[in-house]
Amino acid sequence: MSTDSTAGARDHARSQVQTATVRIPATPPDVDPSRLLWAEAVPPGSYATKVLARGTRLRLIDPDGSACAHLLLFRADAPWERLNVADTVKVPWQAYLGAGHPLLSDQGRVLATVIADGSGHHDTLCGMTDDGRAKMLLAAVKHGLDLRDVAPSVSFFKGVRVDDDGSLAFTGSAGAGAAVDLLIHLPVVAALVNTPHPLDPDPALTGLDVLAWRAGEQLTTPVNDEPEYLRALFNTESTWAAAQTSEAAK
Amino acid sequence: MTTTELGVIGDTIVEACAPWSAIVRAGQTLQIIDLHGNQAVDTLLWGVAGDAVDHRLRYSGQATITAQRNIFLSTGSVLRAADGTSLMTIVADDVGNHDTIAGACSKESNTLRYGHHTVHQHACAENFLAEGAKWGLGKRDIVPNINFFMNVPVEADGTLGIVDGLSAPGKSLSLRADRDTLVLVSNCPQINNPCNGFNPTPVRMVISA
Repeated sequence: MSTDSTAGARDHARSQVQTATVRIPATPPDVDPSRLLWAEAVPPGSYATKVLARGTRLRLIDPDGSACAHLLLFRADAPWERLNVADTVKVPWQAYLGAGHPLLSDQGRVLATVIADGSGHHDTLCGMTDDGRAKMLLAAVKHGLDLRDVAPSVSFFKGVRVDDDGSLAFTGSAGAGAAVDLLIHLPVVAALVNTPHPLDPDPALTGLDVLAWRAGEQLTTPVNDEPEYLRALFNTESTWAAAQTSEAAK
Repeated sequence: MTTTELGVIGDTIVEACAPWSAIVRAGQTLQIIDLHGNQAVDTLLWGVAGDAVDHRLRYSGQATITAQRNIFLSTGSVLRAADGTSLMTIVADDVGNHDTIAGACSKESNTLRYGHHTVHQHACAENFLAEGAKWGLGKRDIVPNINFFMNVPVEADGTLGIVDGLSAPGKSLSLRADRDTLVLVSNCPQINNPCNGFNPTPVRMVISA
């Protein structure tokens, strides 16, 4: 196809999609398709971002068994409030992510809660490789943020454990098909980077699937009853409520 | 606990609950002395060019942990920026291990950890923000830090927590600056857990050539 004229170049550009294939992760059978907000396959070495509403359920899937999903969360309406990995492990008295674990902001609020975990291989300690941080910086910059906002991150689908002497053991992946679900409690910018874990001795990466759907009704039932979590929910709910337009003003 | 008078450039008592900051030039040594024992010294580092902070060279606990494959800091630990650049190295340590996973206390996180009655108590995040502003640093610059003299074990099932410290009156550690480094400190004011023995106390900072 000739591209020596604008018409030819336009035809060439428009024809490409005819032969291309885009794999879109399937909508889960128990999710009403009208509630679906996001379905994207993130190739190895790439990244994706989305502004997600409060009440979104975000599912990360490791379809081929060697994805590594590095995550940062920023409050969409106040991005200087962001995921604080130290508080995320200290406040729940737990270094390892799993179902019921809150992802806390630096302002004592819950940005997201891990509400389902079919992997058990995650990490809060090691962060990203140089390539991962470069991708995360691009993700942040696209939301008006900068290098200072690329704080320590959490990683899903590649695990690390701490021995008694403090040394780290890399525990790898749970295998193909593992998924993790996060419930979003406040509007956030979710920035996901699929790059190797920095301790992975065989960083042959595979794709990451991302799905999200509306699930606001799930906000009404706390997923754990620990006092720290309930106080974090109180801070979150009261902050959200205070920022809403009153009925009388609508 | 002794310091050589010869070569001492700065010798400061940081009052209980107070912040402190200084640039330690490449090759100089900062000795932090836990005068009364078990006093957490929350610390962040930035590489500087002259007196200007280089945001690319902010301390990263994750990069530091990953490079040494161990969560505990002690003699030989290299304190790194996110890109792996060496900022400072621990060259002497009377204590044995120091934390860099549990971060700083804040008024906000205190409400989760201890209850809302603590929200107006002083906290390290306040010290970092107030002292950091002197160097042009703001909220976005503040990340999880080092907690010198703070003891945070991680058990086999992942349970972690701040427990009684391993330090004692007069114990100290020394940091050699591998490049010009801004050291931002909060002498931790926390009174709700054992990180300061439930009684915040002064520490001493000695910078030597």
